Amino acid sequence: MRDQVILRVVSKIAAPFILVFGFYVIAHGELSPGGGFQGGVVLASAFILYGLVFGLAELDAIVPRRVTDALTGAGVLLYLLVGLAGIFGDYRFLDYTPLRITGSESAESWGMTLVEYGVGITVASVMITVYREVSQAGSAEK
Amino acid sequence: MTILEYLLLDVILLFLLIVTSVTVFFLRNLFAATMVLSLYSLVMSLVWLDLDAADVALTEAAVGAGIATVLLIGALVVVGAEERKHHRIHWPALVLVILTTGALVYGTFDLPRFGDATAPAQTHVAPEYIAQSVTKLHSDDHGSKKNSADHPESDNFHGHVPNLVTSVIVNYRAYDTLFEVAVIFTAGVSLILLLGRRVAGNGGEP
Repeated sequence: MRDQVILRVVSKIAAPFILVFGFYVIAHGELSPGGGFQGGVVLASAFILYGLVFGLAELDAIVPRRVTDALTGAGVLLYLLVGLAGIFGDYRFLDYTPLRITGSESAESWGMTLVEYGVGITVASVMITVYREVSQAGSAEK
Repeated sequence: MTILEYLLLDVILLFLLIVTSVTVFFLRNLFAATMVLSLYSLVMSLVWLDLDAADVALTEAAVGAGIATVLLIGALVVVGAEERKHHRIHWPALVLVILTTGALVYGTFDLPRFGDATAPAQTHVAPEYIAQSVTKLHSDDHGSKKNSADHPESDNFHGHVPNLVTSVIVNYRAYDTLFEVAVIFTAGVSLILLLGRRVAGNGGEP
């Protein structure tokens, strides 16, 4: 699809907006519908759109395999670290109370936002990986 | 909107769901089937929205209509767009499917009626969760002014989030969500190890 001008232009214009919407869904998960999982999928869809239109090689140039592989683990690690922060702050695992970074009432907000970002990072990179492997399997069979 | 209009909307949406799912079953062109399946997800997402389940609607739209369609098309590139013709009916499979469907339908008779206020889902822990997050926002409105003088950086939510679904997912059920993410992580790592190595390496030999 690389020689389709309309697809190329539209996907290049749409991709940043999809990314912003993805981050919005993750960051506003506690206020509006959405959260880490949905936001992560929306984030991944921007990259998948790019990969669909420009091909796998271009996608690999933007997000190298090593980056998504590392981020797959980094999201879970972020979630676990937020949980461990509860233990090291003399509370229970995944208790957000020690995360009073900006005042005592913001602890829950901080904890939930960090956890949502952890979920979002893992989901987005796994979705990109799934797309990558499936479409690579497709091109290898040809 | 009146009750009748809501009912009409429900009937139209559910009718569309049945039409699309039956169409998928009878379509022989797999690309067309994939597109109709994507349409099914879109209608399903509208049904969720109609039931006020905005979070589920967003998930259905993003995963069902978006990612799943792309992955199915990716699979179609491998297997081809036309379904193989076979008219033979596999009788043991048909009997098994009918028996399973019968058992599942029989099981639904035990479920509480739709919207039943006395169902366990409404009476067990839900009121507690709702009292701790949603009503907090409204009942503390008058108290928030003097409170915000003590904590100028605080919002009016008093550390409780207005979206009850997110509150349940990453607060009351944070363990479940952690292990759900672990499951997704495991799936991603397995995919990298199984498929990534095969393509990059020596043709499937470990």
